[in-house]
Amino acid sequence: MSRYAAMFDRLAARGEGAFGAFLMLGDPDLDTSLGLLGAVIAAGADMIEVGIPFSDPVADGPVIQAAAQRSLAAGVRTADCFALIAKVRERNPHIPIGILTYANLVVARSRERFFDEAAAAGADSLLIADLPAFEAEPWAEAMRGAGLGPVLIAASNTPADTLVRIARLSQGYTYCVSRAGITGTHAEARFDPALVAALKAAGAPPPVFGFGISTPDHVRAALAAGAAGVICGSAIVDCAAGGGDVAALVRDLKQATGNDSAS
Amino acid sequence: MRLNGRFGRFGGAFVPEILMPAIEQLEAAFLDSEEDPAFRAELDELLANYAGRPTPLTRCRNLPGRIYLKREDLLHGGAHKTNQVLGQALLARRMGKTRLIAETGAGQHGVATAIVGALFGFDTVIYMGAKDVERQSLNVFRMQLMGATVVPVTGGAQGLKDAINEALRDWSASFATTHYLLGTAAGPHPFPLMVRQFQRIIGKEARAQILEREGRLPDTVMACVGGGSNAIGLFADFVVDEAVTLVGVEAAGKGLDGGDHGATLLRGRPGILHGAETYVLQDEDGQISDSWSVSAGLDYPAVGPEHAHLKDSGRARYVGATDAEALSAFRLLAEKEGILCAFESAHALAHALKRARDNPDEMILVGLSGRGDKDVAQAQALLGRPA
Repeated sequence: MSRYAAMFDRLAARGEGAFGAFLMLGDPDLDTSLGLLGAVIAAGADMIEVGIPFSDPVADGPVIQAAAQRSLAAGVRTADCFALIAKVRERNPHIPIGILTYANLVVARSRERFFDEAAAAGADSLLIADLPAFEAEPWAEAMRGAGLGPVLIAASNTPADTLVRIARLSQGYTYCVSRAGITGTHAEARFDPALVAALKAAGAPPPVFGFGISTPDHVRAALAAGAAGVICGSAIVDCAAGGGDVAALVRDLKQATGNDSAS
Repeated sequence: MRLNGRFGRFGGAFVPEILMPAIEQLEAAFLDSEEDPAFRAELDELLANYAGRPTPLTRCRNLPGRIYLKREDLLHGGAHKTNQVLGQALLARRMGKTRLIAETGAGQHGVATAIVGALFGFDTVIYMGAKDVERQSLNVFRMQLMGATVVPVTGGAQGLKDAINEALRDWSASFATTHYLLGTAAGPHPFPLMVRQFQRIIGKEARAQILEREGRLPDTVMACVGGGSNAIGLFADFVVDEAVTLVGVEAAGKGLDGGDHGATLLRGRPGILHGAETYVLQDEDGQISDSWSVSAGLDYPAVGPEHAHLKDSGRARYVGATDAEALSAFRLLAEKEGILCAFESAHALAHALKRARDNPDEMILVGLSGRGDKDVAQAQALLGRPA
């Protein structure tokens, strides 16, 4: 059983949703980044999503852009990111780890080499922000061949036939975006139960909402819409960048994934 | 999506899933418009009576060789950009959009977009690198005069690439009401195809004009390549003419051996940027490099995917012209022919002059993509007072 499936089963048995924490690898440097990853896991993150920084992240808002810039400015390279993932994996054999990055970093290494290195480092899945289902077929096939779960994005405006394709190509979880736009901006999140239902009907892996999750209310609303979990990115990255208490933030948000938190 | 958006192995649509419906809507509107005689008639009327088509084909009287210039510098707006902004504006209206966004480098495409924004009453927002805003204050004012809002982009290197990033981010949230009027034949499908179709009027006219004047096709057709819209527009109707050599001229900047150039096809590697698989200037890991050219319009680290295909298939050749060569051609055209061309176009002319010196009988058609008014202040700084 995959780490994702084992995690979703375990949480379902407890009546909890999954809490995913996103951090940019190497932000602001490799040592601090390793410490932050340890902190969010210790504070209760059920899955972690890690960014490999790209110079031109068109799907990201100012907070994640700045995080990528800090990492690149610190000289962090793709190989360093894989090494960092391997360290996290060594200390945490069971937690699902997903990579989020952009297509050019993958083709620069060649798809096969990138996927092999990611899997060897201990990653479970890979989401490429600028790879829509329209282009994803050969990529997803190669990922599965390397033992890496392809994660695709589904949105409220994604047509039904594309949702079916996403369901067919995805493994691990399905990344649902809660609104139009980019990461981390403050437009109101909309957790669409119809999207969750359509994905479930299409047999997609468990839907998890990202984009615009920054408060316990967001977490509860996303789970109430039927999602299996949430991913929080910009709020955590922002908190870390400002020297805030990342562990406390993660604990608060994680607490909202429980049955008894619905108030 | 009705088409796969590929030119050989290049092209495609590599955008976040959230934008795919917007791109599909645009593809459908564009393909439908190609079948709609009323759309074509309105565009033709605008091209003729608003923009000033057909543009002349001028034989150089005093430069060496047999060089013909296709005079897009004489188009309304001062460059070939107007051809395709008119087409996209009509499509935006057809799709019921009320707002236009665009990126711009030096400001030419921003000005062109502001023109159609004013003409058709769109709410128009232009993203422009903060450095460019400072350097090109006159173009910023031109856009503002025509009612556009100019948003300085402070991310990244604050140039054209970063302006495109920001426009794509805007579009991800605004596509319901907004058309992204991309300025060149690059980006995700259907932009490369659509922009080529709107720009191919350049080559269509030039081909007919030279046949009428010379009774035969030119030996060589030459144009500068940044994103590549004027070149692809000039090349498109000549691609089937196997005897015609097609040459794209990239910005060799301060020299191809250093890092300061915009020669994507000559020095880049295949990759994925701004929605398309194409040649990209990048480091070993795939981080995008900063490009350089004296001409802002060629200062871009990617290139339209059809050029990538024309290069790999061998149908077109790509060469470089340095900043210095372009400046020298700019000056020579002014002195000998009384024409101030854009720095971009001067790159194509620089290569044409090299060829003409070696092969004086070669008939060369050069795309003079834009006029040089925008570059006069920079030319003064670089050249000093003419001798």
